[in-house]
Amino acid sequence: MSRQAGRGTESKKMNSELFTLTYGALVTQLCKDYENDEDVNKQLDKMGYNIGVRLIEDFLARSNVGRCHDFRETADVIAKIAFKMYLGITPSITNWSPGGDEFSLILENNPLVDFVELPDNHSSLIYSNLLCGVLRGALEMVQMAVDVKFLQDTLKGDSVTEIRMKFLRRIEDNLPAGEE
Amino acid sequence: MAIFSVYVVNKAGGLIYQLDHYAPRADTEKTFSYPLDLVLRLHDERVVVAFGQRDGIRVGHAVLAINGAEVNGRFTADGKDVLEFLANPANYPVSIRFGRHRLSSNEKLMLASMFHSLFAIGSQLSPEAGSSGIEMLETDTFKLHCFQTLTGIKFMVLADPRQAGIDSLLRKIYEIYSDFALKNPFYSLEMPIRCELFDQNLKLALEVAEKAGPFGPGS
Repeated sequence: MSRQAGRGTESKKMNSELFTLTYGALVTQLCKDYENDEDVNKQLDKMGYNIGVRLIEDFLARSNVGRCHDFRETADVIAKIAFKMYLGITPSITNWSPGGDEFSLILENNPLVDFVELPDNHSSLIYSNLLCGVLRGALEMVQMAVDVKFLQDTLKGDSVTEIRMKFLRRIEDNLPAGEE
Repeated sequence: MAIFSVYVVNKAGGLIYQLDHYAPRADTEKTFSYPLDLVLRLHDERVVVAFGQRDGIRVGHAVLAINGAEVNGRFTADGKDVLEFLANPANYPVSIRFGRHRLSSNEKLMLASMFHSLFAIGSQLSPEAGSSGIEMLETDTFKLHCFQTLTGIKFMVLADPRQAGIDSLLRKIYEIYSDFALKNPFYSLEMPIRCELFDQNLKLALEVAEKAGPFGPGS
């Protein structure tokens, strides 16, 4: 499994249906194991966090973006480069708060939920909560503490999926040298 | 053209990976008869040549083995003190191997942590705000290149001063780390890297960089 230098657009093709099935199997197994939607949401967030802390290095190694200087730059990089690289979609950025510390990502289609319908007994399950954990974990590794949650979800009948991201604070402990 | 070693240091300054890539040094093994014409002394728990030079043995070289058995610091393999052993004419003729002392893993750990602190000093001394840390350290026999990621991990490469293309090698090592170390679910972050695939791919990358020689890798 060797990689060519400069992967660019020539990424390894994998069947996206396999990805949807894998994610679905994961969520349904968690539902069986935990029985209670809140716990499943928490577990998905935790798993997403563990993915995020590793994914950030892969993202930085391949995309060569430098450090973002404010939250707007961060939002742009997340929507236009990161989402494109990993999920193949480009969400739009809207609803900036007046202080510039909160924004929404609007996803027209979410590859995780292709073919999925939420049954009535799982009405408080946040199916794609893994994504929240991923974003939280990845940003924590670049010294940003953020709060990420779903505001709208196509699985619950909304027209689009909306993820709200709020900047909490800069993480000051263990700063790499040169970032003050 | 050669790349001598690779070091990976985590956010806290601990060494999590180290690879020595250079060809084995020429150690010199010779048979001596009493009296020994080199002056030996104890230094840092090792027996080193204090004075005298012959046949490739230089001042500063340490006693590595006696009669084929590797010494353990200042003691021979069977526990005798090296200096006492060599002062006794009854033990001659004796075959001694001299060579430059290789760094032990504890010493490497200490040096890596020290470099981690020095790296920070680089950015603090800077007259400009927002300077990076130390990116290169140059001596007459090698250059140390350092790359710190946005997440605080440092990749250091010690190479021949004429070797080019180290910057892209450092980026390549970052990619290899993000692939074979991080995507291995059994590897915990910030811990020593013990992944076969990481080793193999790193060695491959070093060989590619070395072959490219002083002109850098072709793109």
